[in-house]
Amino acid sequence: MIIGTPKEVFEGEARVAMTPDSALQLQKLGYECMIESGAGKGAGYSDADYKAAGVTVKKTANALWKDAEIIAKVRQPEAEELKHLKSGKTLISFFNPAANDAGMKAAKAKGANVIAMEMVPRISRAQKMDALSSMANIAGYRAVIEAGNNFGRFFTGQITAAGKVPPAKVLVVGAGVAGLAAIGTSTSLGAVTLAFDVRPEVAEQVESMGAEFVYLDFEEEQQDGAATGGYAAVSSPEFREAQLAKFRELAPEVDIVITTALIPNREAPELWTPDMVAAMKPGSVIIDLAAEKGGNCKLTVMDEKIVTDNGVTIVGYTDFPSRMATQASNLYATNIRHMMTDLTPEKDGQINHDMEDDVIRGATVAYAGEITFPPPPPKIAAIAAQPKAEVVELTAEEKRAAEVAAFKAQTKQQVTLLTVGAALLLGVGLVAPASFMQHFIVFVLAVFVGFQVIWGVAHSLHTPLMAVTNAISSIIILGALMQIGSGSFLVILLAAVSVFMTGINIFGGFLVTRRMLAMFQKS
Amino acid sequence: MEFGFTTAAYVVSAILFILSLGGLSGQESAKRAVWYGIAGMALAVAATLVGPGAGYWLLSLMMIAAGGAIGYQLATKVQMTQMPELVAAMHSLVGLAAVFVGFIAHFEMVRVADLMVANDVALSELGTFAALIAKKTVVELNILRVELFLGIFIGAVTFTGSVIAYGKLAGKVDSAATKLPGGHMLNAGAGGLSLICLIWYFNTGGFLPLFIMTLAALFIGYHLIMGIGGADMPVVVSMLNSYSGWAAAAIGFSLGNDLLIVVGALVGSSGAILSYIMCKAMNRSFVSVILGGFGGTSGPQMEVEGEQIAIEADGVAAALNEADSVIIIPGYGMAVAQAQQNVAELTRRLRAKGKNVRFAIHPVAGRLPGHMNVLLAEAKVPYDIVMEMDEINEDFPETDVAIVIGSNDIVNPAAQEDPNSPIAGMPVLECWKAKQVFVSKRGQGTGYSGIENPLFFKENTRMFYGDAKASLDKLLGMID
Repeated sequence: MIIGTPKEVFEGEARVAMTPDSALQLQKLGYECMIESGAGKGAGYSDADYKAAGVTVKKTANALWKDAEIIAKVRQPEAEELKHLKSGKTLISFFNPAANDAGMKAAKAKGANVIAMEMVPRISRAQKMDALSSMANIAGYRAVIEAGNNFGRFFTGQITAAGKVPPAKVLVVGAGVAGLAAIGTSTSLGAVTLAFDVRPEVAEQVESMGAEFVYLDFEEEQQDGAATGGYAAVSSPEFREAQLAKFRELAPEVDIVITTALIPNREAPELWTPDMVAAMKPGSVIIDLAAEKGGNCKLTVMDEKIVTDNGVTIVGYTDFPSRMATQASNLYATNIRHMMTDLTPEKDGQINHDMEDDVIRGATVAYAGEITFPPPPPKIAAIAAQPKAEVVELTAEEKRAAEVAAFKAQTKQQVTLLTVGAALLLGVGLVAPASFMQHFIVFVLAVFVGFQVIWGVAHSLHTPLMAVTNAISSIIILGALMQIGSGSFLVILLAAVSVFMTGINIFGGFLVTRRMLAMFQKS
Repeated sequence: MEFGFTTAAYVVSAILFILSLGGLSGQESAKRAVWYGIAGMALAVAATLVGPGAGYWLLSLMMIAAGGAIGYQLATKVQMTQMPELVAAMHSLVGLAAVFVGFIAHFEMVRVADLMVANDVALSELGTFAALIAKKTVVELNILRVELFLGIFIGAVTFTGSVIAYGKLAGKVDSAATKLPGGHMLNAGAGGLSLICLIWYFNTGGFLPLFIMTLAALFIGYHLIMGIGGADMPVVVSMLNSYSGWAAAAIGFSLGNDLLIVVGALVGSSGAILSYIMCKAMNRSFVSVILGGFGGTSGPQMEVEGEQIAIEADGVAAALNEADSVIIIPGYGMAVAQAQQNVAELTRRLRAKGKNVRFAIHPVAGRLPGHMNVLLAEAKVPYDIVMEMDEINEDFPETDVAIVIGSNDIVNPAAQEDPNSPIAGMPVLECWKAKQVFVSKRGQGTGYSGIENPLFFKENTRMFYGDAKASLDKLLGMID
């Protein structure tokens, strides 16, 4: 089949959905690639580059739409473009299905299949085709750069011969992909970076990027973002108030505010009110990445840069990815290519539009003459791990009860052992003569002491322990010494040999122990 | 004769010995503790020489000096890798001495009995022990016989057992578990024979039953240890250690010497505890170790999937250069290859680069309890980075590289994963949880238990084949 990419018709859009690199990869999947002349110009790719990669270059958009069976593009298609669709064709693009009823109806009427790139579910397997994330990453980076461009000071603090420069203070609102990218860029430029998000579980990610997470003094149970596919949900009015109060407190301090707060399929929440803007220092910069959805600051003008009366610059551009067109095109084209890989399991150049597949089903908004939006929830759980079921905390009484039970069991065991031991001893005492019992007491006590002492010996010293016990077990020399003086030659001989052997043991055992112990050294 | 003085000296000695063992709880206090032991022994011997053992003291001193000279030679010459053999050899000496002392006691007893029948010699002319015997009643004499018998029996088992253990550890006897036809029935038969001899001896007091029993005990010692092999040796050595103590205690009873009893009991319980620790570390019962070999499996073992992937020194070096934390798991293979110096050098270099290098020691690594600790100490590895299994097992998931050098069963994940494995339930070092595992090993063979090790087939495991020492040499050149 043929994949074609037309030139973006949206004013100022410089990105392109196919690069020479991605075209090579697509050809490996068995597809033929086609591009409209000049489509890659904004992203830095000439027609010749594409030709070199084996891509057919078409003169006009009409010709391309006519020949290509799969159309990959970036921006939401215009009504003009949708007219080219027909049954059997597949369109892969951003589609904004939540606010594009007309587009979906048009696709339905034509019987074409539409895959909306922003609908790719946020599961691990689909990350490679998550175009929202790859574009947001660029937007986050670019937002800091734009802020720096409009901010007349250093980001990093400096102490120079000519005086001290304090570091810039940056507040990032919303720690999604764009927010995290902004945090990373900002901290690496040396600014003191604060970050806020309604999802408390991202605090760790924020701190790992080197920023400080702004905690709210708020008690309410906050909803875990994992339940909503990794996106923020609408917060309660009380929570919002606490949040705004915190921002009001921060407004006079911060130099740069980057707002990235978006809630899927809704108008952007207002987080930076006009009074906060008024409280900011002159020369401060606000970058509103939510401008397209109305802006987190209501003073923001979409696609424009304005300066307020008190000298605060508010940037409302919506084309940050397009401002870094080459990079953005590469990433987007790669997302498209991964989507095609999933659509072409056989690598035979034929689309297998598997509506059972979570990712493909989720992203498809129109299929074979039906509108398939919104998709059912994916079968696989969302990205963030659900909090583990809490380990049941034992109450104080239960703990106490368990301790008492353990203590009782131990006591019982010890008493049993003692009773049995004592009974055995008494039994021996009944038959054995007193002189034996004297020694026997010594023996039992020595065994007892031995057990108590040896348990304390360090594991690493077990070899020295064996050597030293070896040496002292040669105490049997005393038996030989006591007898060597009495009786026959045989006795003297045996005793002398015993003394000799135990002599070896005593000296050998102690010396080798000393040698070993001297080796143990602390670092 | 100053018996009061001798007893006082014995009390002090006994206390010194207890302190000596108790001091082994830490590396620093242990250095002092040895001196307690030496002082206790010197005091006991001196007190005996001037007191009850005064006769022929010159001969005694010469014998001690001659033994001491040999002991000194042994202790200074021995390689640290040969420690297990040395310990086993020394046990055999204690066992043999116990047998001899037991025999002497028997002869004395017979002599005194004869004298008492003749009744023409004043009791004061008898030796110390003989005087003691002369005062005994009939019941006491009977008990004495049982004590003597036990002392000789345990001593004889210890003697041949230790000789065989020495042979196996020194490689002079095949270390595989071998049994004569008849197996444990032979041991049981010899045991029964000994029991009959006991009754015989108890009734007659003759030398013959004692002698026959000694032969039977010697056979038991030989055959018992022949049937145990390889990695069970730590248990065997500590068990023999325990026996040598009990033999001393039994002789102490028969001689009526409390110091012998105390020390024998201390050593006996020490060996028993060591055996218990070793058995626990292998998750096996003491009886099953003594009876030799591994028990039958309860079902088919899990199939091991995957393949062993080999790696060359440069790959290991690259991983080590990048790693922040490294855990080294040494085993008997390191001792065999004499690779501890190279391991220590590797440790020094890695530590010099600021990496966190630690050692994980399984309780039964090597052929002697604490064997690995001594080897690493010899190579000047600081003891505070040498960890016990329980201390370090939870740190593996945060570890970048785990290096297994010459150990096998103690890192076998089958112990946890496969309920049908013969080693199921044995505590093991969970090195496979580290990000990367390198196994230095001579070939593809299995460990002592003879079972396949799934660790070698894991995805994060790479096999670094070759002699441990040569492999590490190669590796050292690549760690800058």
